[in-house]
Amino acid sequence: MAVIRDMIPPFELYQPSGVEDAVRLVGEHGDQGWVLAGGLDTFDWLKDRIKRPAAVIDLGGVAELGGISETDDGGLEIGAMARLTAVAESGDVRSRFPLLAEAAGLVATPQIRNQGTLGGNIVQDTRCWYYRSGWPCYRAGGNVCYAGTSRSMNREHCILGASRCVAVNPSDTAPALVALDAEMTVANASGERTYAARDFFIGPEIDITRMTVLEPGDLLTRVRLPAPQPGARWYFEKIRDRKSWDFSLASVASVLHVDGDVVRDARIVVNGVAPYPVRSDAAEAVARGRAPDDETGQMAGEAAVQDARALRHNDYKIALMRNLVKRSVRDAA
Amino acid sequence: MAENVIGTDIAPPDLRAKITGRARYAEDFRAEGMVFAKLLLSPMPHARVRRVDTQAAEAMEGVLGIIRASDLPGEAGPRERALTDEPKYEGEPILAVAAVDETTAAAAVEAINVDLEELPFVLDPLESLREGGDDARLDGNTVKDREVFSLKWPDAVFEEAGEDRLPMGEPTAEWAVGDVEAGFAEAAVVVEETMVHQSVTHHPMEPRSCMAYWQNGKLFLHGSTQSTQQARNAVARSMELDVEDVVLVAEYCGGGFGSKISGAPIMTVPAVMSRKIGRPVMLRITRYEESYIGRARAGFQGWAKIGFRRDGRMTALDLYLVQDSGSYGASDFGTAGVVATASYQPENMRFRAIPVYTNTPPRSAQRAPGGAQIVAMLEPLVDKAARELGLDRLEIRKINAADGDGWLGPNQGRFTSARVREALELGAELFDWDAKRQLSGQTEGTKVTGVGIGLSPFTAGSSGRDGLLVVRDDGKLYVHQGIGNLGTHSIADTARAAAKVLDLSWDQVEIVWGDTRKHLPHSTVQAGSQTTFAHTRANHAAAEALVALLQELAARELGDSPESYRVADGRVFRAGNASVGMSFAEAARRAVALGGKFSGEEYPDDLNDATKAAVQGLAGQGLVAAAKDNYPRDGAIYSWVISFCQVELDKETGEVEIVDLASSADCGTVLHSRSLTAQTNGGVIQGIGMAKSQRWVFDPRWGVPLTKRFYTARPPGILDVPRSPRFAAVDLPDPQTPVGSKGIGEPPVGAGEAAYACAVADAMGGRYLRRTPVTSDMILAEMEGRSGPYELLDTHV
Ligand SMILES: Cc1cc2nc3c(=O)[nH]c(=O)nc-3n(C[C@H](O)[C@H](O)[C@H](O)COP(=O)(O)OP(=O)(O)OC[C@H]3O[C@@H](n4cnc5c(N)ncnc54)[C@H](O)[C@@H]3O)c2cc1C
Ligand code: SF4
Repeated sequence: MAVIRDMIPPFELYQPSGVEDAVRLVGEHGDQGWVLAGGLDTFDWLKDRIKRPAAVIDLGGVAELGGISETDDGGLEIGAMARLTAVAESGDVRSRFPLLAEAAGLVATPQIRNQGTLGGNIVQDTRCWYYRSGWPCYRAGGNVCYAGTSRSMNREHCILGASRCVAVNPSDTAPALVALDAEMTVANASGERTYAARDFFIGPEIDITRMTVLEPGDLLTRVRLPAPQPGARWYFEKIRDRKSWDFSLASVASVLHVDGDVVRDARIVVNGVAPYPVRSDAAEAVARGRAPDDETGQMAGEAAVQDARALRHNDYKIALMRNLVKRSVRDAA
Repeated sequence: MAENVIGTDIAPPDLRAKITGRARYAEDFRAEGMVFAKLLLSPMPHARVRRVDTQAAEAMEGVLGIIRASDLPGEAGPRERALTDEPKYEGEPILAVAAVDETTAAAAVEAINVDLEELPFVLDPLESLREGGDDARLDGNTVKDREVFSLKWPDAVFEEAGEDRLPMGEPTAEWAVGDVEAGFAEAAVVVEETMVHQSVTHHPMEPRSCMAYWQNGKLFLHGSTQSTQQARNAVARSMELDVEDVVLVAEYCGGGFGSKISGAPIMTVPAVMSRKIGRPVMLRITRYEESYIGRARAGFQGWAKIGFRRDGRMTALDLYLVQDSGSYGASDFGTAGVVATASYQPENMRFRAIPVYTNTPPRSAQRAPGGAQIVAMLEPLVDKAARELGLDRLEIRKINAADGDGWLGPNQGRFTSARVREALELGAELFDWDAKRQLSGQTEGTKVTGVGIGLSPFTAGSSGRDGLLVVRDDGKLYVHQGIGNLGTHSIADTARAAAKVLDLSWDQVEIVWGDTRKHLPHSTVQAGSQTTFAHTRANHAAAEALVALLQELAARELGDSPESYRVADGRVFRAGNASVGMSFAEAARRAVALGGKFSGEEYPDDLNDATKAAVQGLAGQGLVAAAKDNYPRDGAIYSWVISFCQVELDKETGEVEIVDLASSADCGTVLHSRSLTAQTNGGVIQGIGMAKSQRWVFDPRWGVPLTKRFYTARPPGILDVPRSPRFAAVDLPDPQTPVGSKGIGEPPVGAGEAAYACAVADAMGGRYLRRTPVTSDMILAEMEGRSGPYELLDTHV
């Protein structure tokens, strides 16, 4: 069969106006259905005719999913459909979780942030260009990985967490949410369930065809951020080839609790290096009990990349990840 | 006196429509009964079509027709055509399907089974030159004197080169000026390097969509093209039609950069399909398709050895280029050798090159073809020599710059003008080179500063085309432009020459363009930065002819001799007594009444046939003046741009930020200041993209491209450069052209690219990474002493 791209084939469009209806529709259509948020990942797949859902459930009209509100404990609850611009510019997010505002503000371009949603941003699929070209790889249900061979073009692929698939998670907000200990609420026909951000993102050894715990029939409804601890330091940095329209080569998000001159607690998360955002227990352990300086940063960085393994073209990512972790300890403010 | 139109900022007449979205591009046109076509692209880098099964597609409701290569005019041969039965790259169109709507056409393409015989493919020119290496084409892997043949270099050539040098076997092109060996013997410092300039796709914003229909045997085509009058000729040739039977409408072009010089081969698809099914046919090209058929710049794997005397003068330049010609050829390498002479005026030079076909999409000119590549490859080597000589990098460029006596290329022709030293000094002042160079290598935190200069010459004109002017009875001057509106402002700005000669206020000037029914004169193609030079001359010549006609007409109607009349402000009047005279409107009416040479019934014999036909079409509509540009010119027309770049390189991440950027130019008299600044900065940024981020990655195992989208190909964005790059022009007239202006479209590209490459090397203490682009991963690997991501001679990475 000849290949056609850039041309959306017909599908049934559903436009629910309430969460309940949305959950019902998503459940009814199961793996024949597709949840549409901002469309920036969705339309790529549909235009390229690689994913061909029979039904598309557009969340654009579900107002309840769009808000940002305070929780009783002083945290925030952000609806899955909150636009990235709204997240980046919200006064509440900026004052309490500047780390998240910064990460959301570095996504792609203003146009994409106006359209893209927080939910879509964390649920989005990997950008592995073999998979995105429609090649029948493991992640697409086949039995080969085109990116992992000695001749593959894999500068952007992973150095950690590989399991047959060597793709990376592309989201900028995902590492920030893991570093902030966020919780994701997922609804489906049988009710609601909440996941710690760290567990929400999954690797290929759990399921090679999915990036998150979401399964057909599941709807991500909101993200909860626990109250920030006063005085916590944070750091976010995204390394990319261009300053707009560009996914990260690697990014780092950290939250440090510093008491006097000593790190009491740390959460250090790196993305773009594995199929999921990597929370580095090893780096955090090194940082704890030490001064947040260059030396500690260096040690933490070394610890973070201990198990890293380069593919043919991405050896640089080991140094990059090490240095980003170093900066996230040394330069957190 | 009318206001001065030369050098002032006047918005072109098409601006409003572009900004408000009213401008109609090829894809926006509709015709009664129009249907849509879709292409079936080759899934393999090289194959032969054995069988095509279209049964299921043809049975689909709404499918109207299918065309294949055999339906196209002419014979299949070595040259590229719109469809093929022997695809030479993944994405080459094999057939097209028309249907009542695009959705149906797409579904029909999907329902077609093409049985392909896989043929060997090759992506790397050097692989193809090895004994036993595959040829990209059935007729060979290289070309000389238009003959395609297969050439292999003995293994010894590769062994001798080892890992760190370009293998250099028998070339297909070679020339020399002086004696390089003697030049090296004289040199105090010799630098030698192997390096790679990668191929990159054009990616204009507007893909090459086109719509065609036929009426009474005439083809009407709406396309996206850089040129108009010449593009019509090209369409007529490829359709095997008389030029009179082609109407081309192309008022706006959403960027071409050399990829749409005279339209595109794909234009024949809707034309042939429409003839076959008897309906207007729209072929909308998608971004994905554009990434295959949208043309690309030829890459080089190159080697250079350069000698300098202690005083900094270049005594010898020895150059070898292996060109990646894609599947159908490119001529960048030839230009590269010539541009190198314009850059440095080496006392002795040898040039050797070989173009090699690969199974990658077709190449074409891309803004400074050959020039940008060679400038970006050689400028860092000049810096390396300057370091060794202890010379300032500005100085070494001044020492070797061309001047009024400069020479060009193997035939050592002269330049019409070359104010390169003036441009260097102007740019250095603008950038404050003296202060900035002190910052080189300074570190703050993790960031180290580097500065660089890129000097880039490129061809900037031609001559001998026609101008065509009409004064109508509304008193306005109508400037008929055969040139295309390729996105620069030359469509309007070249008309200023006529306004100046006539001393006419700009609001009395109307530009006529973009539709071959509008009687357009013979013109250049909009390529090679020719337009400004060629068409200020042509319009100047026509305006002088118009003045002569006005004078003669006034003398005839009002008495006295023609010489006693002047022309200004839309009137012809007697010198010393302005009350005796007539308005342009009156002159137009009288010209129509008089006929003959006044109204276009007669015209000069030396006009091109296309112009003659245009004049005949306009005859009787006003005072018509047409003239060929016969102004003398002796020498090659070149412009120069020099860019200065300051970067901060983060040693921990490899990221590079451009903190300052300034450029200067010698492009003769400034015609339109704002547009000149925009053109130059745009070209500089395009060049920076090639040095910094833009890529065209292929999978070597499968032979197919992976960067088919803007976001994976990574051309530069506006945030990747400083907010306000600065610019200044020398603004001295070229003495061999009446308005004094030379072209500017192309020289900025190499300047920006080289200035950035030099600044990055400077920040790394003079370490030059010997390829384009240099991305953060390569820089970080180098800073950390880790193994780099690619081998020295890797291409398409
Ligand atoms: C050119 C380009 C550059 C980009 N650059 C970046 C970048 O630099 N950084 C970055 O982080 N992102 C980047 N993106 C991604 C973009 O920012 C979007 O966040 C992302 O594509 C998805 O968000 P969306 O709201 O558009 O969701 P969609 O595309 O509609 O959905 C994405 C996926 O999530 C699923 N989904 C969405 N919402 C829900 C929900 N509530 N419940 C269950 N499933 C759901 C959809 O079914 C789909 O599979 C880029 C995208 C493009 C096209
Ligand atoms: S890295 Fe993963 S997504 Fe990419 S080709 Fe391999 S299996 Fe597929």
